[in-house]
Amino acid sequence: MATVTMAQAYQQGMREEMQRDPSIFLLGTDLFDRGGHFAQVLGLGKEFGPERVRDMPISEAAMVAAGVGAALNGMRPVVELNFIDFAFGAMDEIVNQAAKMRYMFGTPMPLVIRASSGVALYAAQHNNSLEALFASFPGLLVALPSTPADVKGLLKSALRGEDPVIFMMHKRLGSVRGEVGGPDDLVPFGQAAIRRTGSHVTIVAYSQMVVKALEAAERLGADGIEAEVIDLRTVMPLDFATVTASVQKTGRALVVTEAPRFASVASEVAATIGEAVFDWLDKPVTRLAARHAPIAHSPTLFESIIPQVADIERAARSLMAEPAS
Amino acid sequence: MSALPAGDIPSTRELPIDITGLDPVAMRAWLRMMLLTRDFESRLDALSMAGKIHGGMHLSIGQEAVAVGIAAALEPQDLLACAHRSHHHAIAKGLAPDVIMAELFGKATGCRGGRGGTMHLADMSLGFLGGNGIVGAGLGVAMGAALGAHLRSSGQVAVGIFGDGGANTGRTWETVNIAAVWKLPLIIVCENNMYAVETPTETLTGGGSIAARAKGFGLPSYAVDGQDIAETFRTIRTARERAATGDGPTFIEARTYRYEGHSTGQVINYRTIEEVREWQETRDPIQRLRLALDDAGELGEDAFDAFVASVRQEVDDAVAFAEASPEPDPLDATRQVTALDLGMGNL
Repeated sequence: MATVTMAQAYQQGMREEMQRDPSIFLLGTDLFDRGGHFAQVLGLGKEFGPERVRDMPISEAAMVAAGVGAALNGMRPVVELNFIDFAFGAMDEIVNQAAKMRYMFGTPMPLVIRASSGVALYAAQHNNSLEALFASFPGLLVALPSTPADVKGLLKSALRGEDPVIFMMHKRLGSVRGEVGGPDDLVPFGQAAIRRTGSHVTIVAYSQMVVKALEAAERLGADGIEAEVIDLRTVMPLDFATVTASVQKTGRALVVTEAPRFASVASEVAATIGEAVFDWLDKPVTRLAARHAPIAHSPTLFESIIPQVADIERAARSLMAEPAS
Repeated sequence: MSALPAGDIPSTRELPIDITGLDPVAMRAWLRMMLLTRDFESRLDALSMAGKIHGGMHLSIGQEAVAVGIAAALEPQDLLACAHRSHHHAIAKGLAPDVIMAELFGKATGCRGGRGGTMHLADMSLGFLGGNGIVGAGLGVAMGAALGAHLRSSGQVAVGIFGDGGANTGRTWETVNIAAVWKLPLIIVCENNMYAVETPTETLTGGGSIAARAKGFGLPSYAVDGQDIAETFRTIRTARERAATGDGPTFIEARTYRYEGHSTGQVINYRTIEEVREWQETRDPIQRLRLALDDAGELGEDAFDAFVASVRQEVDDAVAFAEASPEPDPLDATRQVTALDLGMGNL
C-alpha cells in the first residue's frame, strides 16, 4: 500500500468525510487556493467549491464563533487556525462557547479546530504547547496524532462525533510517511497505541515525542533494555488504563512531553500512575519535559529546552539503574 | 447627562408612537408580552434577596419593546442569540415563564435543569440559542447560525443581540465584518441601554454613535427608538426581509433604557433619579403602546387591566411551579459534559 504524509492523510480523511457528509465545511485563512498553510486541505477548494472551503479574514474570534454558531444550526464546521498559538485570539469562543454548549444548552457541538502545534522554528509566539490547557477544560477533546493513520482515523472520529475537538498536528511530523486506513477505518478517541512492546520500562509520550521515544527505545534495546512505548494519541480523553496496565508489567514509568513540565499532560499521567498503581512501581515515576522557558529562535537554544532522544534514553537508563544501597 | 426637573416631565402622551398599518390583534399580544416580561422581572430581586434564586440577575425592565419588537418581526424558524441580560428575549422568543423561573431557582424542571441559570437560558427547539455571559459573544454565535442557515438554505434568519458594552469589543466588529462580506442572513442588534454597567456609553464610544460606526462595514445601519415597539418592529421586519432575500445583514442600534441597576441589589449613584423618571414617565414602552392602542380605539381600560391580572397570575403560577419543583439530582452535575464518555468518572 502507498504511504502518505501527515498532511496527505488529513486531506484524504477530510475529502472522504466531506463526500460522505454534506454538512462538513471548512473555515480558515488561505484554504481555497493555497490549501492551507500546511497543505492540509490542498485540492479540496477545487473539489468542493468556495461555499464549503471558505476563506476567512484573519479574525480568529469570528472564525471560531462562525463554527460554533453553524454547529448549533446543523452543520459540522472545521476551523483551521493555522498555528495553535492563534487560538489565543479565540480563547473565549473555544473555552466559554464551544466547550460548554452541550452542558449549558444541551446541544451537540460537532466542531473541529485544527492547528499545527509543537516546538519548531519561529520562536516564542508560534510554539506554545496548549494541549494540557485545552484538556483541562471540561467539554473539549484533544487529539495529537503521531502517524498518518492516526491523523486520518482520528479526524474521522472527530467528524462523526458530537463534541468539539482540538486537533493538533505537530509541525515537525510533516515528513513522516505511513499507510492509512480506508474510508470507514476510525481511530477512537481515548485509546492509546502501544508502539513498541517491552517489559522493563514504560515510556509514555504523544505527538512528536513518540518518534523520539521510539528512537530512544531502539538504543536501549541494543543494550537489552526493553522499553514499552505508549502513544496516547488523544490526551482528552486519556487512556489511563493502557498506561497503568503497562506500568503494572514493567514497574517503571517515564512520561515524556515537549511542553513545560508544570501542570503538563506528563504531570497528569505521572500523578495518575502514582495513585493507581503505586504498589507496582519499582522506582518513582519520572517526568521528562521541556525546561521552563519560552521557545527561542536559535535551534541551538530551543533544542536545549525540549527533550531529545538522548535525554529520553538517559532517563530510562536511570530508571533501570539499581538503587545505591 | 440632561435631567429634567421633576415638574417639567412631560407625559407619555407627548411622545406618541405610530401604529399605522399594524395589526391590532398582534399589538395587543405585544402589549401583554411586555407586561408579562415586566411582571416576571419585577419579582426577581425579591426572590433573589430571599435566597430563592441563587445570586443576582441582570434585569431588563424598561427594555421590553426591544425584545418583543424583535421577536414579533421574526418567523418561527428564526434563531436568536443574545447577551447576559436575556430574560426578556427568552420570554419573547417563547420560553415559558415557569421553566425560566425554575431555571433561576436552580430546579430540575428549569429549561436547562439548573445547569444554566440567568445568563444561560436556552431552548434550541424554539430557536433561542441562549443568553451569553460573555459580552459580545452572542453575536458571534448568531453569525455562525446565520452561516449555517445560508449553507443549508434553510430560510432561517438569525438575530444577534449585544449591548452598548459589547459594541466596544473587538470580536463584535470581526463578526459584523464577516457577516457583511458574506451577506449572511443576520440581523445585528445593539441594545443600547446607555450604560456599560455603570459608565455612560457616550463617554466610551468613538465614532459619533454605534450605528454610525457600523456603516463603515458596508451594511445598512439604523438607530431606532427602542422604546417605540412599532418602530422597532418595522425596522426588524425590514431587516428580516432583506436577510431572507439574500441581501445580507442589517445593523440596528436600538436605543433603550434599563430602569434598574446593572444587577440585583446594586445602589445606583451614577445617574440621577430625574433621568430615570424622565425615561419612565415619558418613554415607557408599555405605556406608549397602551396609549396608542387606546387612542386608536383598539384597547379598553378593562382589556389592559385584564392583561395585568392575567400576567400576574401567570407569574404567580411560575413562582409556585419553581417553588414546588424538585432540586436536580446532584449526579446530573457531571452529565452532558461531552457526548463521548471520557472515562473520568473515577478520577
